[in-house]
Amino acid sequence: MNPIRLTPVLALAWMTTLVAADEGLGAAQGPVALPPEVMNLPIEQAILTAPPHVPPPITRQTAARVVVNLEVREVVAKLADGVEYTFWTFGGSVPGSFIRVREGDEVEFHLNNHPSSKLPHNIDLHAVTGPGGGAASTFTAPGHSSQFTFKALNPGLFVYHCATAPVPMHIGSGMYGMILVEPKEGLPKVDREYYVMQGEFYTTGKYGEEGMQSFDMAKAIDERPPYIVFNGSVGSLVGDKALTAKVGEKVRIFFGVGGPNITSSFHIIGEIFDKVWPEGGTKLVQENVQTTMVPSGGSTIVEFTVNVPGTFVLVDHSLTRAFNKGALGMLKVEGPVDRVVYSGKEIDAVYLGSQADEGSQAAKREAELKAKIAAEIKSNPVISGLTKEAQVEKGKQVYMGLCFACHQPDGKGLASVFPPLAGSDFLLADRDRAIRIVLKGLSGPVTVNGKTINSAMPAQESTLTDQQIADVLTFVFNSWGNQGDAFTADQVKATRNQLH
Amino acid sequence: MSIRLTALLSLLALALAGPGRGAVEPSAMRTIPAGFYEPLQRSTTDAARVAVAAFQLDECPVTNAQFLAFVTANPKWRRSEVSRLFADASYLASWAGDLEPGVAAPPDAPVVQVSWFAARAYARWAGKRLPSTAEWELAASAGYTRADGKDDEAFKRALYAWLARPVPTVLAPVSSIRPDFNGVRGLSGLVWEWVDDFNTAMVTGESRADSGLDRDLFCGAGSIGAKDPSDYAAFMRQALRSSLRASNTTTSLGFRCAHNLP
Repeated sequence: MNPIRLTPVLALAWMTTLVAADEGLGAAQGPVALPPEVMNLPIEQAILTAPPHVPPPITRQTAARVVVNLEVREVVAKLADGVEYTFWTFGGSVPGSFIRVREGDEVEFHLNNHPSSKLPHNIDLHAVTGPGGGAASTFTAPGHSSQFTFKALNPGLFVYHCATAPVPMHIGSGMYGMILVEPKEGLPKVDREYYVMQGEFYTTGKYGEEGMQSFDMAKAIDERPPYIVFNGSVGSLVGDKALTAKVGEKVRIFFGVGGPNITSSFHIIGEIFDKVWPEGGTKLVQENVQTTMVPSGGSTIVEFTVNVPGTFVLVDHSLTRAFNKGALGMLKVEGPVDRVVYSGKEIDAVYLGSQADEGSQAAKREAELKAKIAAEIKSNPVISGLTKEAQVEKGKQVYMGLCFACHQPDGKGLASVFPPLAGSDFLLADRDRAIRIVLKGLSGPVTVNGKTINSAMPAQESTLTDQQIADVLTFVFNSWGNQGDAFTADQVKATRNQLH
Repeated sequence: MSIRLTALLSLLALALAGPGRGAVEPSAMRTIPAGFYEPLQRSTTDAARVAVAAFQLDECPVTNAQFLAFVTANPKWRRSEVSRLFADASYLASWAGDLEPGVAAPPDAPVVQVSWFAARAYARWAGKRLPSTAEWELAASAGYTRADGKDDEAFKRALYAWLARPVPTVLAPVSSIRPDFNGVRGLSGLVWEWVDDFNTAMVTGESRADSGLDRDLFCGAGSIGAKDPSDYAAFMRQALRSSLRASNTTTSLGFRCAHNLP
């Protein structure tokens, strides 16, 4: 038959055949004549779930005829805050509905393309043994429905996706999901199962650019996606949408990558995968894994027990994807802390690296300085020219910008970590030493008001001017009940010079 | 129905399409200069380019008002009377009634949910024909300001923005679309369109090999033999055409007519 021009008679004959085949598409051959042992299997409607949920484990011990009804819908939805995108979906979500069948099941698959769709779609299930994985048999025009049947021969976790040209655009619009073919013996029992898929989006605008975004073909061809996300949008698994678990529970994640191009270095910050079934296969081949590589159009099954409470962050450990493109999710674990497994923060102290040693040489100079500076204060006419109040005011600004974080706004410090300045015998006993400490810092044990504090203060000689140091010390020596003379810039300068 | 009533209804339909949009005469035609069409996919023995003679093409896709005139004059193409052989159950489904497009199908918006058979019958009734794939693709390759839209960035942006947008419930008037280099509107940006030989999509044209052809090259395999695997819009049109049967209708598929040069 000449395919270019159908004669009217041939066209009619062809149409008649079509109608007989229930207006099916492609080379619709009518329902397959199943042998009695298959025909007589119990018929079951597949439970489909939207991510991050997974249908319940299959408990039956024998095969069934499982009917899957999956609807293709083209929908506008949120890709990120203020950013919209037209998603083409299997079942209305990205990734598409999770399908769960059992090894040996006969699956009757219906793909229904919603009448409002702009495009034809199909489905290539990697769980299918047959040309195109079902793609040719499910090629469906808008407002039509296709049916095909396959036997789930191989157990495993399989990606499915639309395979209509241009396929990178179909997948890049969200047309992927997963089907689990449970092995006959089932999977080990766990407390929680979740469904997470990574995929990237090639938007015309850059990351975070607000408004309706369209698919950017050039970025797709160059593999430069502004978005790489889990479960179809930035923030799909954070806040009140985070995955949850309780301490002591065993968690399984069915993780896949839809792509269309970018693979994943899947990692959960603060967790170790106790068990990994790499590439979604059925053989447990690895234990105690930090990061597992997941190919585009591939999957992995990971399992771990959560031992301590807190938030565990799911990332693609190719980290600009997590930091700049959205590949982040959260698992929130509730329950009692176990400080043996994880203590939480025990100490936070300032670390200065190498610091000038406050040795005996400095101590000798201290005595000399003390006499000199005391004399200078008395003889310096500038001191009398400055009002102490103005200095206190300026010094307060310095203090509240720099010193208060450790010594606290009320000058009381933090018990056993940062020494108090208010009523501090150590401070008030030696004005010269005070200048020196501000300039050069201080580390090691000191005794303040009878208590020993072993901490460290950074040097401020390059941060503050002489006048600022004089001001802040004047403030400190005249606040919270402290009383003392004003410090002068010259005093500070003299000390600075002597120390160098 | 009397000829007079038909004529009156046609006039009414045209009047409905008219107000405030004098610039667009729905049945106006534009000349598409002769050129070459490069098939998206071809076998090794096919020519890389197919010469296309100059022809006339409707400036706009056929509107609901125009199609109303057609079904008014041809009762067998009304929704309630059409044969299922020639149009599926969704034929004109968004119309309010047989002779009443209604609010979902404004008179000046393109008619959709029409089958290839119906489109062909309309063209014959109008004294025209459907364009071939080669003619349609040649016309659609024009940009806004250049004969070749591949070099027209504004045109490509608009094209891909439209491709990525879902089908609106109510389509925009044909006059809302910016005319292209040849003065033709809406080859992209409004609806998909039937072509006369739509069912040759994915077929090389070598008739005796038809049964042995890999018609269904999906996934990455879809780009085997493609002249330009980066022309996603062409792939989408081809995918749509190859998904269709002649009786099919969709909510975003209309048509326009062509004519040989006088």
